[in-house]
Amino acid sequence: MSDSVKAAQTQLLEPAGIGNSQIDELLGVLRSRQIDDGDLYFQYTSHESWSLEDGTVKSGSRNIDQGVGIRAVNGDKTGFAYSDELHMPVLTRAAGAAREIAVLGGTDKVMNKGLSIIEPGKRLYAPADPLASLDDKDKVALLKTVEQVARSVDPRVKQVMASVSAVQQTILIVRHDGAMSADVRPLVRLNVSVIAEHEGRREQGSHGGGGRVDYQYFLNENRAESYAREAVRQALVNLEAVDAPAGNMTVVLGPGWPGIILHEAIGHGLEGDFNRKGSSAFAGRIGERVATDECTVVDDGTLPERRGSLSIDDEGTITQQTVLIEKGILKGYMQDRMNARLTGVASTGNGRRESYAHLPMPRMTNTYMLAGQRDPGEILESVKNGIYAVSFGGGQVDITSGKFVFSANEAYMIENGRIAAPVKGATFIGNGPDVLTRVSMVGNDLELDSGVGTCGKEGQSVPVGVGQPTLRIDGITVGGVNV
Amino acid sequence: MTQDIQTKSTAPSLNEQELHDALDVALERASTRGASSAEAVASTGEGLSVNVRMGETETIEHHRDKGLVVTVYDGHRSGSASTSDYRREAVIAAVDAAISIAELTEEDSANGLPDADRLATEFPDLDLYHPMELSVDDATADAIRCEDAARAVDSRIVNSEGAGMSMDRGIDVFGNSLGFRGISRRTRYSLSCAVIGKTDQGMQRDYWYHTTRHRGDLDSSEEIGRRAGERTARRLDARRVSTAKVPVLFEAPVASSLLSHLIGAISGGALYRNASFLIDHVGKLIFPQFVRIHEAPLLPRAMGSASFDNEGVATYARDIVSDGVLRGYVLGSYSARRLELETTGNSGGVHNLIIESGEHDFAGLLADMNRGLLVTELAGFGVNTVTGDYSRGASGFWVENGEIAYPVEEITIAGNLKEMFKGLVAVGSDVDLRGNYRTGSILIDHMTVAGE
Repeated sequence: MSDSVKAAQTQLLEPAGIGNSQIDELLGVLRSRQIDDGDLYFQYTSHESWSLEDGTVKSGSRNIDQGVGIRAVNGDKTGFAYSDELHMPVLTRAAGAAREIAVLGGTDKVMNKGLSIIEPGKRLYAPADPLASLDDKDKVALLKTVEQVARSVDPRVKQVMASVSAVQQTILIVRHDGAMSADVRPLVRLNVSVIAEHEGRREQGSHGGGGRVDYQYFLNENRAESYAREAVRQALVNLEAVDAPAGNMTVVLGPGWPGIILHEAIGHGLEGDFNRKGSSAFAGRIGERVATDECTVVDDGTLPERRGSLSIDDEGTITQQTVLIEKGILKGYMQDRMNARLTGVASTGNGRRESYAHLPMPRMTNTYMLAGQRDPGEILESVKNGIYAVSFGGGQVDITSGKFVFSANEAYMIENGRIAAPVKGATFIGNGPDVLTRVSMVGNDLELDSGVGTCGKEGQSVPVGVGQPTLRIDGITVGGVNV
Repeated sequence: MTQDIQTKSTAPSLNEQELHDALDVALERASTRGASSAEAVASTGEGLSVNVRMGETETIEHHRDKGLVVTVYDGHRSGSASTSDYRREAVIAAVDAAISIAELTEEDSANGLPDADRLATEFPDLDLYHPMELSVDDATADAIRCEDAARAVDSRIVNSEGAGMSMDRGIDVFGNSLGFRGISRRTRYSLSCAVIGKTDQGMQRDYWYHTTRHRGDLDSSEEIGRRAGERTARRLDARRVSTAKVPVLFEAPVASSLLSHLIGAISGGALYRNASFLIDHVGKLIFPQFVRIHEAPLLPRAMGSASFDNEGVATYARDIVSDGVLRGYVLGSYSARRLELETTGNSGGVHNLIIESGEHDFAGLLADMNRGLLVTELAGFGVNTVTGDYSRGASGFWVENGEIAYPVEEITIAGNLKEMFKGLVAVGSDVDLRGNYRTGSILIDHMTVAGE
């Protein structure tokens, strides 16, 4: 038996007195009507966070959330109910409510094969509990170190806020045909935000990181301290920033986190649900050119210890690397089980959900562009006048019109191929299906982000990763104030 | 199609006594463990949402949630924890977890319960709770009629993201170790629709929704659908515009975001962290003199109504801006103590924030503006509360001679909130009553529009 399934049964089911016969009973309720798919999704999540401001750690919280989501799928129709009480009468009622989506008469076509176990793929992260990986007093000490480092860098630092959090999530998925799979997922994150003040002007800077690791990650390689220094550096740069220009111009995006452009401009538009329904600007465009030859973009859930990685997705499908764009040509969409079945393809392991109380849908994991040939210095030197943007806040996309935005929080003017004055945060806006057709140079410096991304879709948040090498884009609209 | 769906309610009714019991266990445990004070909220809710797409049921979701959040104080140290399990041992474990956190956190003299004399003592019926039998059939029929109406608006509307009807009800019981206990019961009915239009220039989507406390107050399915369809159709064949500084009119549904940026900047957390462009602005002119912005927490059936805030402090009606001058901040007990001020009953936020309208309706504002940009949708997160710098993606309409000329897209609007507030020209009488921020359309004298 898979270790994860056993661990999940011990943590999730045994305390509630749910054994194989109770699972069979619930599947029996689901299968009493004709359904194409369905599952029981058991989840236990333990979360903690500690935060510091004014030099002291004055708040912390611990939360435990557990429950089960029960889903029945019939064609493109889904019935769903969930409960945070793991009691059989409640679960039976939830299963009954979920299956009502299915037409009366007929029973599940899938033969009852009894319960079976899907062996997981490669282990991508340790199934340990990150909350227990450090003494509580050392978590407090870690935040205090971060604060002291930030303040010691420069006297203009007036405010330091830091927080650290950890989540341990155990899930157990039982499909309507009895196939069981499980995963134990750690996730940690540390964020530093500073406000620097000089001659009456205040600006902020922030940085952070994390992944599917434990707290030790922040102590290794002095990562926590480097986040503090990076946040201060950014705030000090912004103290010197001038108003950004407005209009269409050449933009060079730095490596790593600026890959948010791929998430917004390309990624969402290639999610299987939008394409099945024809509501994406990319619908029906497989095989067409949507980027220059130099662009190859993938979504990869299999990168060890990455924030966006999953051994199995939230439908029990083993994750994979999916090529979205290969040498400029649109190759594929990201699928969950329902959208894959309805469009006659296989799930790509992108079926994700925020929790047991939410329905799965196609979501990104780690989305990035592969490295190209160019030296990043050469890319900058090639631009006579433009903007060099190295860090971003959030982004958003309208997948139907294809228009996407993302906002810089550290950017510079480029003058005659050299980095010039820093400019204030500006929002960039473009059109997803054609922005990559203006990528004229791709750097050899692929980086993934430091592990802070959270993606929202239809009210559900999931952790994701992005990445890219340095890119030159010949024309995107920069939303500054200077005309 | 015929969809054979049972109509009966599948979830039992909410158990209010269970909330009181969990709260009692939590407060008693905190006291037994030696906490100097404690507060907790127990919540439960249930709901149904039905989504249809292209005339057929797409999802039927039954919701049922509950939870308990407890905060304990050990002198001026604090810790909090939550659980979704109301069994005695689980509640006790949550309290113990909060206490173990409080033991490790540091003294902060601002921590603690609110002053006893600020706790609410009157609990007027705000008419927020109107539970009805949840029926999948009725919800489905409403949603289908709504989507049908949207799709019938224009032959170019060829696709749909669907329509959704949702009904939710929830009860919170809040209590603290000062003996305060407040109960809030709310229902919420929402109907929304989003459709997609297509021409050889590409696709556009837009949506409309309505949300109310009483189901009988919901606009008709046909009305909501028609507005969704019209909003999508009018966006088709959008163009870009040239980069320029022009007046900008925020349509009421997006104008509320300007009020939320104001509240973000005058909220205690941003102020004591020096993270606001409005630090030390009480008593100063931040808008033109005609502007009045007030809080009305006790409006019957309104989305933001509450007689007490998240820590039990009584809410009260007040002017936040009058004669253009900032009159006060938005504070809970903690941030008030940090700033050496008094709480304003805003732990958790404002309750029904209203900007007073001028005499012009929407058409009047278009005429006032004469030439400029009407914004109907905003995108992205380019708002910096520390500096007031503002740069967001937008779409909407170009206005010439006081009338809508053509739809525009793929542009940004930028400025600084401090200047935008001072440059507020007019607030329309076309007030959007659906949310916690109530405003008509807002005309700003100029912003930078970036496009081609």
